[in-house]
Formats: sequence, structure tokens, C-alpha cells
Amino acid sequence: MITLTHFLVVSACIFCIGLYAVLAKRNTIMILVGIELMINAAILNFVAFGKYDKVNYGGQVFAIFAIVLAAAAVAVGLAIILNVYRHFNTINPQNIHELKD
Amino acid sequence: MIESLLFYAFAGLAILSALLLVHIRNIARALFLLFIVLFAMAGLYLFALADFIAITQILVYVGGVLILLIFAFMLSNKELLDDLQPSSKRFISLPNWQAIILALAFLSLMIYSYISWAQHMPKWISQAEAKGRMILPTDNNIKTLGFKFMTQYVLPFEVISVFLMMALIGAAHLSRKESNK
Repeated sequence: MITLTHFLVVSACIFCIGLYAVLAKRNTIMILVGIELMINAAILNFVAFGKYDKVNYGGQVFAIFAIVLAAAAVAVGLAIILNVYRHFNTINPQNIHELKD
Repeated sequence: MIESLLFYAFAGLAILSALLLVHIRNIARALFLLFIVLFAMAGLYLFALADFIAITQILVYVGGVLILLIFAFMLSNKELLDDLQPSSKRFISLPNWQAIILALAFLSLMIYSYISWAQHMPKWISQAEAKGRMILPTDNNIKTLGFKFMTQYVLPFEVISVFLMMALIGAAHLSRKESNK
């Protein structure tokens, strides 16, 4: 029998792996991948709770909204990363420390 | 029984390949491991009876987001061929242990709160379990979702549509060539 706690524990593990990637990686694309993992953990929580909500279907509906938000975030983030790479010739966030031209 | 086994298999696949994803130094391989993580997460959504979400996950993430990530990686990496060589650098360099400690602390905090929380679930969950208002495997999820999108959740649906268009126009604007100005 799969209970709610199973889903929550799995999503906590995925979330913390994403947190580690965001904190420790030296590459902006890997940081974006970490953010994707964290969003996926949140979506897993949405659908796990949405199983108990037959009246409103809130969990599943907002899981779809979260997927759309993640896709939009990735599109804009990658455009910014490519601009930064063109400007600084690196995507290591340690070396990107000025905003002006 | 077989359901639990499949659940544990998917969960283990997702967690192990996510761990390998953050461990591996080669970004191309890490991105392909992200494929496996996303597929396993889609499999986990099926166990929460969210079939449409699982299909959307595969379509949007694997079909769109991952291709975008691989494109950006290939456009922004000078040392692509160097990265494909197996590197023998050690796994844990000094700044990483801080991140590991932070992530583990957060994980233990969340697991502890989940386990203590499982004893007394919120009232609406126990009520839904008692009255049988859970989503069942025999329900027609996709039809209900379509109705919900067009009736109860029509305002968030429209807002998210406009937001998505704004994001795509913004991305196209950001990534245009500067010489076209």
C-alpha cells in the first residue's frame, strides 16, 4: 500500500538533490537543472495531495500550471545564459560579477 | 504488492539517477541522466493516478525543456570535447561539503516533519478517505480535467496562457542578435 508519506519522502529526496545541485555546481546549466529537479519534487507533492481532492481536482490542475511555469522559466533562463556566455565567454557564476557593459 | 514493488523501483530509479546526475562531472551525460529522472518522475505521477500530468511531463520536459538545455549546453561550451573525456577529479572538493551538509540537514528536517505529520493528517484528507472521495483508477481523469480547466479554473488558465506568451516573446527578444538593432 502506497501512502501519502511515501510520495512525500521521495519528493523530499529529489528536492534536496536539486538543492545540492543549486548550491554546489559551478555551471549555470547545472544550476538550472537543479531548479528543474526542485520543481519536479513540488509537482510530485501536488499530484500526491491531489489524489484526495476529487471535487476540485486542484492538485492536478496546479501541477499542470507548475509544468507551464517551469517551461517558461527554462526558456527565459536559457536565453539569459546564452547572452551571458556571449558577453563574458563563461557560464561559471563565480566569474560573472558585474552588471554593467 | 506488485504496485509497491513498481513504486519502489521508480522511486529508486529517480533518486539514484538524480544522485548520479549531481555527482557526474560531464554535463552532457548529466543532461541525459536528467532524461531518466524525468521519465521516472512521470512514472511516479502515475501512482498518484495523475495520468494526464505524466503524459504532459514527458511531452513538455523531455520534448521541450531537455532539448533546450542540450542546445544551450552545446552553444555555450568551448570544452565540449574535453568534457567527454572521463575525468578523474575527486568527487568532493572543499566547497561541496558545505552544500552536502545543507542539503542533508534540509532533507532530515523534511523527513522528520513528514513522519511526525503522518500521525495526524489534515481533516480534509481523512474525510476524503472516509467518504470515498478519492480519485479512483477507474475515473476518467482527462475529461474531468478538461471541464475543470474551462469552468472552475478558467481565470488561472487564461493568466497562465498570457504569461507563457510573455515568456516566449521575452526569450526571443533576449536571444536575438545584437547587430540587428
